[in-house]
Amino acid sequence: MAGTPIFEARSVYKNYGNYAALQDVSMAVERGSIFGLLGPNGAGKTSLIRIINQITAPDRGELFFDGKPLRPEDVNRIGYLPEERGLYRKMQVGEQCMYLARLKGLSDADAKKKLRNWFEKFEIQGWWNKKIEELSKGMAQKVQFIVTVLHEPELLILDEPFTGFDPVNANLIRDEVLELRRNGATVIFSTHRMETVEELCDSIALINKSRKILDGRLLDIRKQFRTNTFKLEFHGNLISFTNALWAGAELLEKKQDGDHCTVTLKLLGGNTVNNLFQAILPVCELISFQEIIPSMSDVFIRTVQQETSTTNG
Amino acid sequence: MYSSAQFNKKPLLQMGKIGLIIRREYLTRVRKKSFIIMTILGPLIMGALMIVPVWMASVNVSVKTVQVLDEAGLVEGLLTPNDNIKFVYTRKSLEQAKQDLEASKYFALVHVPRFEDNDLNHLQRQIKLYSSEQVSLSTKLFIRTQIEKQVERLKLQSQGVDQDLVDNVKKSVNVPLEIIPLNGGAKSDVEVNTVLGMFGGILIYLFIFLFGAQVMRGVIEEKTNRIVEVIISSVKPFQLMMGKIIGIALVGLTQFLLWVVLTGSIYTVFMATVVKDKFSAQNVESILKQSPDGTSVEDFDQIMETQEVIGRVNSINWGLMIPAFLFYFLGGYLLYGAMFAAIGGAVDSESDTQQFMLPVSAPLIFAFVMAQTVLNDPNGTMAKWLSIIPFTSPIIMMVRLPFGVHYSELLLSFAMLILGFIFTTWAAGKIYRTGILMYGKRPTWREMFRWLRY
Repeated sequence: MAGTPIFEARSVYKNYGNYAALQDVSMAVERGSIFGLLGPNGAGKTSLIRIINQITAPDRGELFFDGKPLRPEDVNRIGYLPEERGLYRKMQVGEQCMYLARLKGLSDADAKKKLRNWFEKFEIQGWWNKKIEELSKGMAQKVQFIVTVLHEPELLILDEPFTGFDPVNANLIRDEVLELRRNGATVIFSTHRMETVEELCDSIALINKSRKILDGRLLDIRKQFRTNTFKLEFHGNLISFTNALWAGAELLEKKQDGDHCTVTLKLLGGNTVNNLFQAILPVCELISFQEIIPSMSDVFIRTVQQETSTTNG
Repeated sequence: MYSSAQFNKKPLLQMGKIGLIIRREYLTRVRKKSFIIMTILGPLIMGALMIVPVWMASVNVSVKTVQVLDEAGLVEGLLTPNDNIKFVYTRKSLEQAKQDLEASKYFALVHVPRFEDNDLNHLQRQIKLYSSEQVSLSTKLFIRTQIEKQVERLKLQSQGVDQDLVDNVKKSVNVPLEIIPLNGGAKSDVEVNTVLGMFGGILIYLFIFLFGAQVMRGVIEEKTNRIVEVIISSVKPFQLMMGKIIGIALVGLTQFLLWVVLTGSIYTVFMATVVKDKFSAQNVESILKQSPDGTSVEDFDQIMETQEVIGRVNSINWGLMIPAFLFYFLGGYLLYGAMFAAIGGAVDSESDTQQFMLPVSAPLIFAFVMAQTVLNDPNGTMAKWLSIIPFTSPIIMMVRLPFGVHYSELLLSFAMLILGFIFTTWAAGKIYRTGILMYGKRPTWREMFRWLRY
């Protein structure tokens, strides 16, 4: 995991006319990680992804791939599933896959061999001579995924990969992505679906209004956003428990079932967990204790709102 | 993790990417049924266009009988019928003759009124043609010529001139007026040059529109199928655009070549089976031998004409015409094809193309319209300018070329066309690469100009 990042952007700017799509965006993607590129619609995610894929060039800034400045040939080592995706409807599946594979720099024989393996894996050997328009949407999505990863990219960029895919294919693709990562590939996810981010990503960068406003390892970020909120389960009397807290903590939620209580509380002032324990242990029998770390969704909404209020104020 | 061998071949494969695109664009089109059908139908349609009018004219149309009521005794018994029109003469009253016409006994009625004040000029204006049906222009002209001939005869007679003498003199007058260029080029022939120039111009016009539109449709297809972003993550947008333009140019050349071969074969077969006996060398010789006796003047004339046409066709500088045609076809196609690609990239569907198509193709249509003017004055100022401006030169230069164009002008026109398509390709590439990634709204002209600077 350590070492040079597979991809790095340093202070990237991109304007479209008077519209600033990216301003001073820097980020590093660690090799072998799953990196989430987050942000509201129109924040600049797709602009950044197109720059990584060398579809457009930045106005300013430096880009590095595998420690060296990004070169045109590097597109052969990158796999890209754009948000706006599709295939030639009137072209045969096999021929089309061969064409796209060869455009990624694979030799004829190599492409054929790899395609055969993938077609066997997905059990779709019978589709080779079918036209895309004869396939169902879900079937076409499988083909689309195969052509994205066929050349075994070291960096796989998926822009909103799960929108437009049905749940079965979405799961299939999630599993394949995890397997590719196990085999050494690095994945950049662009999405605004936070469940996916929490489930899959190691690190994230949050972009809002053309600027990066947050990045880091997922766990670190969530810890950074923690609110000193805890959930406790205990046997005992809720009133004596509340009295024991005194002014050291604020009770947010409580539930009582006989002498079994569940509460959510927030530590106030400089009080630590140890202070809390000292105060409550004499009056109750603790069953469980857990810190409530904010979800990515909370982090996302809070950061974007904060950003909006500061820029507006 | 990955074998390094896979990437060692990179530079070669990188260069090969545009080749892969050209190959796909070419093969998918050439394998289409419509291409095969067009290839076969093309020469047949061309042949039909040339043969059908001749055939239509020669088909036996029902013979029309024209009744002639000649109260002046001007034309009675003197009108010469042809295969389609016969004349019958009557002495009935005009009213009765009109009734006959209404009863559909005759096709038309010619009425020459009484010759009264000895004024032939007045009389000839009083001659009328009555008809209950539509009279075709050729029928009217035929009848008119017949009557005019009789008026002419009378007028000559009144001056004491013999009609037969005049006819003989007319027959023996024939000045072909051969044009001999001073700079030692081939003898030129206005009629053949006109036909050839027009033909070359029309062909280029059709090819640019036909295959330019294919470029545009191909770009729109990639955009609506949403495959374009997948592809440009492997190749540069410019490579994709050029690959498509070149691939389709090759389709056009293939089609043209197949048409030439097919038409050539049909022509050869036609010549070998139908025309052979009549115009074989032996036959011609034997007819030429007996012609001084005047035994078969008609055949002789026909053969001389055919020989002349063959001679004229052979006198054309094909060594210049064919390469020039290919150059102007390719140059004109590249120039307009790039602009069509830009339009395709800028819009979301074919129905959105209209507002951009007209301004872009206007110079081409203008050139086509101006071709007639240029034919009338192939070395005029207008012709010279239009054959230098790259937007009109492919058509106008093809029209002018058979009449002879100075090589300095030709070189200037070549250079301008090359510069022209480099410029449009550059500009189109800029519009294209921005346009293909824009969905959902039709851009304005102003936006497209702004894309040039992105």
